[in-house]
Amino acid sequence: MPEFKKFFRVLLGLGAVIIACQTSPFCQAQPVKTQAPENPPFKEIFQKGFRSQGIASIDRLTQDANQIFCSDPRRAQSAAGMKEARMIEQRNLESIKAPTDGVYLGDWRNGEKIAQSGRGLTWSDVPETPVGGGCYNCHQIDEHEIAYGNLGPSLWHYGKNRGSSKEVLIYTWNRISNAKAYNACSQMPRFAHSQILTEKQIQDLMALLLDPNSAVNQ
Amino acid sequence: MNIRSKLRRVALGVSLCGSFLSVCAQTPNEEIAKYREMLADGNPAELYEMAGEDLWKTPAGPKYTSLQACDLGLGAGVVDGAAARLPRYFADTQRVQDLESRLMTCMESLQGIPEANVVNANFGEGSKKTIAALVAYIVAHSKGMKIHVSGAHPEEKRMYALGKEAFFYQSGPYDFACASCHSADGKRIRLQDLPNLLTRSGASFAWGSWPAYRVSNGEFWTMQQRLNDCLRQQRMPYLVYGSDLSIALSMFLAKNANGGEMLAPGLKR
Repeated sequence: MPEFKKFFRVLLGLGAVIIACQTSPFCQAQPVKTQAPENPPFKEIFQKGFRSQGIASIDRLTQDANQIFCSDPRRAQSAAGMKEARMIEQRNLESIKAPTDGVYLGDWRNGEKIAQSGRGLTWSDVPETPVGGGCYNCHQIDEHEIAYGNLGPSLWHYGKNRGSSKEVLIYTWNRISNAKAYNACSQMPRFAHSQILTEKQIQDLMALLLDPNSAVNQ
Repeated sequence: MNIRSKLRRVALGVSLCGSFLSVCAQTPNEEIAKYREMLADGNPAELYEMAGEDLWKTPAGPKYTSLQACDLGLGAGVVDGAAARLPRYFADTQRVQDLESRLMTCMESLQGIPEANVVNANFGEGSKKTIAALVAYIVAHSKGMKIHVSGAHPEEKRMYALGKEAFFYQSGPYDFACASCHSADGKRIRLQDLPNLLTRSGASFAWGSWPAYRVSNGEFWTMQQRLNDCLRQQRMPYLVYGSDLSIALSMFLAKNANGGEMLAPGLKR
């Protein structure tokens, strides 16, 4: 079988090259040439597209599992993706911490201020910039504020319509703390999970929505 | 009408609205539409256009040369219609370039002004201010034309695909991607309309009306600055000026906008 012999000789030759390469620094310095240089992958171009500035360092480009999942809408909307979404939601739900002092409702007037402010955490902000919830960016809340966005649902009469049972308190707390517990790819930031708002701020927002005296429920 | 009296009318319109802020706030989109009407024959961007024309034609830089030999894709010195066909692949640099990165190439090769001078300058200052004026001049020479980005070259296809992936890439403390706000019709942040950049009408509204003069801060913003600020508000780090990523995002946006009208320099809130 001449083919077999040929194959064997090539194999032997390859082995010799490999052994030589492992022992000779000359060989290591000259790696085997590949074909045309490959285009840099997406991640590399993405990373090179940013630089750290102020409080916004390039660490922010690193995604967690939730963000990876939601960056691929086709995968998220596939049958397997739907199952994965339920698991992500479950993990988010389990990670939510109840208020440490057991108090769900704070000061609704302060909550209104937090809802109004969309400031904080950009590269032009300083660490001392008070971070707002930016709630009016996406939601109608107090109907007297006419400058509201519509990416999220209206929250006008939120408490008036739902009451303030334990279930409603917990659900609302969870939704603000980590909206991805109910919708894996919700557009809403995970305000407690991502340490955007403090527990006190979330209590005040809770009061804005649920305190019977809040302007939202008049 | 000279530019100064036009500007006086513009300033009057702005200050009228400013002094009755509550009235303006009630129907801001209508008010902006009124601004636009008042400013229709006097967009302050015209000042930038005029400055840009001078900068294009006047020798400058260590090599003391004008930019009139700059090839924006339609041949050396051709300005008419050039912006409507960008971004595109350029054989001499072997990369896809948008208007601003192409101007950087020309300023470096023809005038001897290093690209880093532009990249490292703050917006509105130094060589970035020069580029902004040049951009105003050049885009004005595509006004009314159809957006016509080829995307046929393999590098253009690659950049489009990269731009698409970047559009959906979410990260940062708020989990935001471009897609979070720009992938559905009829959405707003506060009262600011958000174009759906996945549709031709939304993409051409955005791509066709930037760069623009912004009434709110009295600044002329190029597309690179517009993208930079979108990503700032997304809570991302600082978008590097003229980076392949910024050009990929522009390629995605511009190609989605194909067939729409070039309205720039625009006038924005």
